[in-house]
Parts: sequence; C-alpha cells; structure tokens
Amino acid sequence: MASASSDVPAVELVGAHKRYGGVHALKAVDLAIRPGEVVAMLGPNGAGKTTAISLMLGLRQPTSGQVRLFGLDPTDRRARSRCGVMLQESGVPQVLRVRELLDLFRSYYPAPLPLERVIGLAGLEEKAGAQVRELSGGQRQRLYFALAVCGDPDCLFLDEPTVGMDIESRRAFLDTIARFARAGKTIVLTTHYLEEADQLAERVVVIDRGVVIADASPAAIKGQVAAKRVSFRTTTTLSADHLEGLPIGDLQIEDGRVQLLSGEPEVVLKEMFARGVDIAELEVVGADLEEAFVTLTRRAAAP
Amino acid sequence: MTTAAAATDRAATAPLVPMLVKQTWYGLLALWRIPAFTVSGLVLPVMFFAFFGLPNVGRTFQGINAGAYMLASFGAYAVGSMMVFNFGIGVAGDRAGKLDLLFRATPLPPLVYMASKLLVAALFALLSLLLLFGFGAAVGGIHMAASQWVQIIARLILGSVTFAALGFAIGYSVSSHAAPGVANLIYLPLSFASGLFVPLQSMPQFIQEIAPYLPTYHYGQLAWGAAGAAAEPLATSLAWLAGYTALFLTLAARGYYAEEQRKFG
Repeated sequence: MASASSDVPAVELVGAHKRYGGVHALKAVDLAIRPGEVVAMLGPNGAGKTTAISLMLGLRQPTSGQVRLFGLDPTDRRARSRCGVMLQESGVPQVLRVRELLDLFRSYYPAPLPLERVIGLAGLEEKAGAQVRELSGGQRQRLYFALAVCGDPDCLFLDEPTVGMDIESRRAFLDTIARFARAGKTIVLTTHYLEEADQLAERVVVIDRGVVIADASPAAIKGQVAAKRVSFRTTTTLSADHLEGLPIGDLQIEDGRVQLLSGEPEVVLKEMFARGVDIAELEVVGADLEEAFVTLTRRAAAP
Repeated sequence: MTTAAAATDRAATAPLVPMLVKQTWYGLLALWRIPAFTVSGLVLPVMFFAFFGLPNVGRTFQGINAGAYMLASFGAYAVGSMMVFNFGIGVAGDRAGKLDLLFRATPLPPLVYMASKLLVAALFALLSLLLLFGFGAAVGGIHMAASQWVQIIARLILGSVTFAALGFAIGYSVSSHAAPGVANLIYLPLSFASGLFVPLQSMPQFIQEIAPYLPTYHYGQLAWGAAGAAAEPLATSLAWLAGYTALFLTLAARGYYAEEQRKFG
C-alpha cells in the first residue's frame, strides 16, 4: 500500500551491507532519515561514511540489503531530481565560468532556483564570471555548494562541506546551511568537525568500522557517554596500583598534570584520595562531543 | 510506493532536450577554450594540407585532381584525429578529474551525457572540415560538385564512429598522463601508413602491403570514394570499419566495466 509521501523516509537503508573484495565496509546498517531532518554522520576516516553516502546516492550498489531515496531506487531520476549533492571527492569542469556551470546544472532539475539567487546564496557574486580553475579552495567549496542547491532540492547531501574554508567563510557557510535546515530541507552531512555537527544537526549518527555505534541527538550522545573530563595536578608518581580497577578512559599525564575521562568522576576521585594520590587544581567539566565521540569509538573497539 | 511517486509525477524531472542542448553548448564552449585542442583539431589539418596538398594541385592522381584527393585525405585525418584525441584524452581526463563522479550524482541521464559528447565531437569535426575544405577551395582552387563535398563530409562524420570507439578504448585504458602520448603513437602511424599524409604509392613496399588491413585506410577510402577515386567498393570499406568498431568497443567496454566496478560497484 502506498502511504502519504510525508511518511516515506527521505533516505532509508535496510540491512545494508557493502563489501569491497575482502573488506566489509558496511555491516547491516539500518537507517531511516525523515524529511526535514538534519543528520550528521560522524566517524573516523575509513569508518564507512563515504560508503554510506555513496549507497544513498546510488553511486554504489549495496552487496546486500536495500537502499531507498524518497521511496525510490536511488538511481531513479525522479529521486535524483529531488537531491542536491556536494561530494568532496568529485571534480568540476575547469574551463567553464561559474555562471555557465550553474546555468548548465540548473537545466538538470525540474524547478531550479533563479541563477542570480544561487550565485547570491553561495556568495559567489564577485566570481560569477571567473573560470572554475581560477577559484581558491574556499571559493570552489562554495561553487560545489551552489551546484548542490541550484535545483532547489528537498534533500541535501554534503560530504565534508567546509574543508578548505577559512574561519570567516566557514561561519557564513554554516549559517547558510542552517537557513536551509530551517526551510525544512533534509540535510545529510558528513564532517570531521564535531562542533559543526553539534551546531547544525539534530541527530548524530556515529559510524565506526562499518557499524552504526550511536544514533541520537548531540545532547543525548554526550549524555549516553556521560563522560566528565577530570583534570588535576599531582606530585605523586602515578603507578598501575593507583589506577587499578577505576572507571577511566583517555588518560594523559604530562608534567604532573593529569587528564582523564570518566563516567563516574566521584568514584574515581574518592578512590584516588584513598590510594594516597595528592590532588591539586582539580577541575571537573562535562565532556564535549569530540570527547564523547572518542569514548564511543574506543568503546566499540574494545573486545 | 512506485505508484505514489508516479502520481506526484508532475514535472518530477527536467525535460531532456533543453538538457541536451545546454550540455552540448557548454561542451563546445569548454573545448573551444582549450588551445591545445583547437590548434591540433582545426589549424593543423589546414597547415598539413598547405604543405603536402597545395603543391600537388592540378596534377592528376587516381584519375582525379591530386589536390582534391589530398583534401579528402586530410579531411579523413582531421576527423579521425578529432575523435581519437577528443575521446581518448577527454575520457581519461574526466576519469582523472573525477568529473564522472560529479555528473553521476546529478539527475543528468548518462545517455544524454554521452549523446552530448558525441554531438560536440561531430560539430567540431564539421567545423574542422568546413575550414579545411574552405581553404582548399579558396586557396587551392579545388572544385567539386556540391553533392560531392556534402557526401565527403557526411561519410567522414558518420564513419568517424570507428575512431570515437578507438578514443573510448584509449580513454578507458590508460591514465590521463599517458593518453596524449598513446593517442599520438597509435593514430599518427596509422594515418601515415594508410596514405593520409602522402599517397600510399610513394610509401615503402611493406607499408603498401599492410595498409589494406588498417582502419584509417578504409576510412580514407570513404572520402576518396566520394571524390571519385575509390580503390575498393564502399561495402568493403564499411565492413572493415564495422569490424574495427566492434573491436575498439570491446576494448573500451573492458576498460569501462573495470572502472565501473572499482569506482561505482
């Protein structure tokens, strides 16, 4: 039975596996992204993010399992016509001018945005007449963004969108994406910058070694790890005896300054006092998303 | 699911003809802006004809004006090289520059993409022939019936499919750094040994014996035949070209599928 189109997920992976020869890049991934959701995919390099995006876009076929884009096969032109894509890896014709390339890409979509509006959205007014090869790295990223949005897509796929941008253009760019999100667009982005995910996404999917190890809001992921960062100064030379059996992770000791992550900082500190560790300049703060992320991937790595 | 999507189909996709027109127009523009291509594709054939052909205008060769004969030769050389280089270097370059990835992720149908590439090459080939023949007629004073000019152009452009296939075979088999060298290394000796630069009769004996097995020889026959100097029936030329096209397409397909598997499998 066909259901109302708003119930159809924008993107859906069901038991998706992907193998490249002997490498199992994606393992039984189930993921449904609803229309209007803003989802950040996080994971270390080689975790399977790019493979997942490639499957969603129909650039690669799953070894087994199902992938749907707006309820259609991802290679279906009707599905593609509703998507805008910014792939970090892809090239772009070098000798066409910015305006020409955008004019060309607009012709691929049934209801494209006006050309001048696209140029304005990407902040490329001054470079509209320049050939692509003359653009700087950051300008090129903005061109990719313009190519992604020129068809007025319902769903945007952004693969590492701010790589190569300086802080200023990155901030402006993130604002633009946030505007698209508020306009009800579905956005799927991969990023290395965790604060980007924190700032933009309402949902974070953490992929590690081809498996989804967390799928929740940024706050929930931080809470799920519930890690606090504990740091203090000590004159005690810490030995294995001092630390044995304590619930800590990511321990770093440098010049008598100790930093660690723990879900139960009270227990850790109490034990350390009891074991005769002298503690000064104590600080306990909530971990940020990056630390949560490190803890999560490390936990998944543990046997 | 499919029916629901089909029901909301109202302009779910963009019309294909404007897409093809734009893709072709910008393909022409992009190619036009690469001097290496315009020089070798448009200027060189005219220059070669000026060097090799003009001195022979007025002599009789194979029963026709030797100037007209050599104009046909260089026409074949020009269109063939346009195809081999445009597709050989172009495809290898697109692969290296990850342009395939860019276009794949858009709603542009692969067939429209391919059709526009063929159209761009055919239009450039036409331009190249008009320049060359215009030069031959204006400067060399070579006269042929209008129907003959048209026939040469039509035969050369339709027959160039063989060399487009050769270009694809090169483009999908070698890297973008190797492609220009490989294309030259294959196409130039083929052209020379088939009598496209200087008539076969002035070539060494062993080359004259090899020539009838080369694709460029039979391609040249298409043009020479239209000018009134065929050395074999049209059907023979077409059969050879069809055979070579099949061979080149097989090679191209092998490279294409290997690439497909690696990048998009």
